[in-house]
Amino acid sequence: MRKARTAIVGLGSTPYYKRGRSLPRTLDEMIGSAILAAVADAGLSARDIDGFAYYSGGFDTPLLMETLGIPTLNFSAMLTGAGGGSAGVIGLAEAAILSGQAEVVVCVGGTQQAGKRFGAYTKDADLTPVNAFHMSAGMFGPGHMFAVLASRHMHRFGTTREHFAEVACTIRANALTHPDALIRTPLTVDDYFAAPMIADPLCLYDFCLESDGAIAVIVTSTERARDLRQKPVPVLGCVHGGSRDWGRSLYAMTMPEDDFVSSGNVAIAERLYRLTGLVPADIDTAQFYDHFTPMVIAQLEDFGFCPRGEGGPLVASGAIRQGGSLPVNTDGGQLSGAYIWGMSHIREGVEQMRGTAANQVPDARTVLVTGGPSNLPNSALILGAAA
Amino acid sequence: MTSVIANPPPDALFELVTDQWTEPFWAAARARRLVVARCSGCGLHRMPPTPFCPGCHSTVLDWTEVTGKGSIYAFTVVRRANLPEVQAALPYAPCVVELDGIAGIRLISNIVGAEVDTIRIGAAVEVVWHERTDGVTLPYFRILADG
Repeated sequence: MRKARTAIVGLGSTPYYKRGRSLPRTLDEMIGSAILAAVADAGLSARDIDGFAYYSGGFDTPLLMETLGIPTLNFSAMLTGAGGGSAGVIGLAEAAILSGQAEVVVCVGGTQQAGKRFGAYTKDADLTPVNAFHMSAGMFGPGHMFAVLASRHMHRFGTTREHFAEVACTIRANALTHPDALIRTPLTVDDYFAAPMIADPLCLYDFCLESDGAIAVIVTSTERARDLRQKPVPVLGCVHGGSRDWGRSLYAMTMPEDDFVSSGNVAIAERLYRLTGLVPADIDTAQFYDHFTPMVIAQLEDFGFCPRGEGGPLVASGAIRQGGSLPVNTDGGQLSGAYIWGMSHIREGVEQMRGTAANQVPDARTVLVTGGPSNLPNSALILGAAA
Repeated sequence: MTSVIANPPPDALFELVTDQWTEPFWAAARARRLVVARCSGCGLHRMPPTPFCPGCHSTVLDWTEVTGKGSIYAFTVVRRANLPEVQAALPYAPCVVELDGIAGIRLISNIVGAEVDTIRIGAAVEVVWHERTDGVTLPYFRILADG
């Protein structure tokens, strides 16, 4: 296993809110609160931050410096793309630190969907000559695109709605015992099948929540981490990218058959395992970006926990439940916990590795955290146990 | 189950924007011809049409007319509105169609006129033309009787 050179040393989060309920808080204030909580957790001051790493558009760095009293900026960068880069933001911080550009980098993400719903975001996308080829077909939201992908997986492999229900019900069961999860009422398979269809084959419970909130983590070198308040959580490896065959998949739908039925993560999974020297059997728990249930199944396949096409039977076996071979989304995920655009998966990964998670996986030594299957870049991260 | 027929998606949420690379596709559609971009340098087809051929980097395109027949590769049936403008169009059925005669070329389109619960991957389809009030013509697909 590769020796970690950076570590996550601080974690801060706002409460989670259902869409719009965070008002009158502002997004800038929630982002700042998460950053302040993260530096306090680390035993640092905001003045120690000299780098910012973002994804999906990021935030206004000089405004954060102005309001938080951060004197010097040595690094400010953003992964391109959307939620696909959420886990990869840690790699951006690592790049800054290992290249000597910055020492203490905050990775922060957050959402406030009071005015603008992600579930309908493509309506607000600029009309362009290229996106005319999917917008003209009424593909007005991510749910439409992921529904189309799921239909092919079902056709090719016999994946069923019962498999999707198992994902939804398992992750809901985890939310029931997580104090910060937004939805803490039991979900049965009967409830799942009684829910309205939104876009076949996806029903209400196949969709993630729409939420407000912000989460920040502090990344620094393993040397600097030794002197701080928390036991550092080592970054064993972090990658972002992917294959051109996946590329702009959600908008283009022209990818080869084997990519069409994937989550677009095969290339980065292979690179992450090569980089860390780990294999799927070494992973103790996974926090998969769960915007849609079929993408949990496709990620199990892409990250090598089962052969292609066998993700449905794998979840049906109970493997992803607490006590199973790979407990997944132990905080309730984005399906039932909160949708903080991928950051909640990093938070849960850190808490699992600290041994402080609400639904702690016994003796967990490694956690896989992924960014959203999306147009490239996709991203993934492996953390090791705090020590 | 009562019969529910797939509508076209709502016209109001889409306005066509073109550039020199995509305009010929839409111009052909106005003439009810379905065409696919082909690299004049090496003959590789590509859709959507982008500036460069990914194989040889030529920027010269010609256009291959296709029969408009193909098969459903993947689809969904939108049954709930995520935007108010969608409500009146429900249900509609976005799909990915694999075109006959040109390997690996797919269009994102819609199945129209079909009973939504009978739509199946692999069904044979044929282009039908949807004329909007703004002069734009969109290719949609209907399921062939023997499909």
